[in-house]
Amino acid sequence: MSADLQPVIVGAGPAGIRAAETLVRHGLKPVVIDEAPRWGGQIYRQPPAIFQRTRQTLYGLDAKAAAAVLNTMTTLLPHISYRNDTLVWNAEGGQLDLLHQNQSSTQPYSHLILSTGATDRVLPFPGWTTPGVFTLGGAQVALKYQGCAIGSRVVFVGTGPLLYLIAYQYAKAGAKVVAVLDTATLLDQIAALPDLMVAPGLLARGIYYVSWLRAHGVPLHGGIQPLGAVGDGRVDAMRWRDSRGEHEVACDAIGFGHALRSETQLADILGCRFEFNVLQRAWLPVHDAAGRASVSGVYLAGDGVGIMGAQAAEWAGERAALALLADTDQASAPAQRARANKLEKALGRTQRFRRGLERAFPFPPTWAEQASDSLVVCRCEDVTASDLRTSAAAMGTTDINRLKALTRVGMGRCQGRMCGVAACEILAQCSGQPLKAVGRLRGQAPIKPIPFSMARTTVPSKPAAST
Amino acid sequence: MKNAAAQGQFQRLTETGRARVSFTLDGQLRDALQGDTVMTAVLSQAWQLRVSEPKGDKRAGFCLMGACQDCWMLTESGERLRACTTFIVPGMRLLSQPEVPDER
Repeated sequence: MSADLQPVIVGAGPAGIRAAETLVRHGLKPVVIDEAPRWGGQIYRQPPAIFQRTRQTLYGLDAKAAAAVLNTMTTLLPHISYRNDTLVWNAEGGQLDLLHQNQSSTQPYSHLILSTGATDRVLPFPGWTTPGVFTLGGAQVALKYQGCAIGSRVVFVGTGPLLYLIAYQYAKAGAKVVAVLDTATLLDQIAALPDLMVAPGLLARGIYYVSWLRAHGVPLHGGIQPLGAVGDGRVDAMRWRDSRGEHEVACDAIGFGHALRSETQLADILGCRFEFNVLQRAWLPVHDAAGRASVSGVYLAGDGVGIMGAQAAEWAGERAALALLADTDQASAPAQRARANKLEKALGRTQRFRRGLERAFPFPPTWAEQASDSLVVCRCEDVTASDLRTSAAAMGTTDINRLKALTRVGMGRCQGRMCGVAACEILAQCSGQPLKAVGRLRGQAPIKPIPFSMARTTVPSKPAAST
Repeated sequence: MKNAAAQGQFQRLTETGRARVSFTLDGQLRDALQGDTVMTAVLSQAWQLRVSEPKGDKRAGFCLMGACQDCWMLTESGERLRACTTFIVPGMRLLSQPEVPDER
């Protein structure tokens, strides 16, 4: 490998692992940096080594895909520099700033593949900051990573394929799921069938989860509007409304989310150009069909560029790595070009499935107008919908970063990861603008909290143990 | 309606044969299991991890994947740790609420 070539991959989920595999196959030795102690990303997250459940138990119908990705990484370990348990908190001038076990270091790169994944897209309801209310993804982490349920009687709320998958995983593992509340309707899901048919395997899984839940007596309700969590300091019940009226079900935990949102902070800090994506209602870093960002030497793959799912993330990771290889004259033979074309075609087909998912589990279009003034939007800084609306009206603010300066929304420790979607929707609603026009919360270093003492502890870069 | 049988927020469903790890929560001796995150160690026998700075309301984490930053706990020595991404270690002395007023 040429001495001046140092590819770095951020994120060791399906996209990052396939990217690493492709680079290694062509003789490069990438550095792979990941926040988690073990590889797999969120979807194929592995519990600590002391746990003993089989992959069949952990990943269910996805066990085969999970094993393929996880085993690939095992065979790669001798050929890459794997830095687990490591946060990339800044990127600047060909160098990444890292944090590993409270120690800071730097990692130079010539080329960067960002596969930074996603978190739940959160649309708050009254009481969502009550202990016992978690994200859907969080509920899944509790089970997969720790063998726990988030409560003894759990309600799952929101919309998206994860809603039913997680309810199924919980019920199958022996947890009591007292209700699944979907803001989408059965009609939405029927209308989406033609688009979803392009990936019959994924569609069949979704239908299987729903059928299994019905067959096992788990109450499923569609077309609902969440009214809020009931309880002071603990969850006692979940309230919702549907066409038949208002309802309440006793529970001690709630998992909720409305599909996923991309983690784009590093692309933002690197100066990548963003465009508004109407389907995902989000500003996302622009990339070509191969995954090249607008900044030279930066490649984007997986859910961190726009939600595409695990299978597409694998393809996108490999495609981005092939682009890196071609751009650096490492490999541009006909065989690689043919493979690249095949991957791009497969990725193109997933666009139709994505559209189908948005139709089956649509963003609740009236969420912002229905959000009451007292609703807490930002859980870090305790900013309410009323704070946002009042400031926007008083100052004539139409830009989300200006509103952040005025109200502290998105300024807390999560940097808008949890509240950003909701805050933008509310600003668009109350200022009468399209969502695109309010802009996006800008990423800032450090992209996650780092110890104050770190400024003094910077040490030279050294590889972590590859376990 | 509270669930009288529940010991804490999280319910262990499986893999409960792991070795025990002792720690303290607000000064009281507690047991967790090896491989638990701090969050699991605490929430399997309690209902809160911390109180929020702006209003002092109780919090028990939210995203479990290191994104929301709503599970940072204090230790008795004044260290902060993120409960969902930190593993429990024998002898940890955790606080789920601010102790005595800070006199430093």
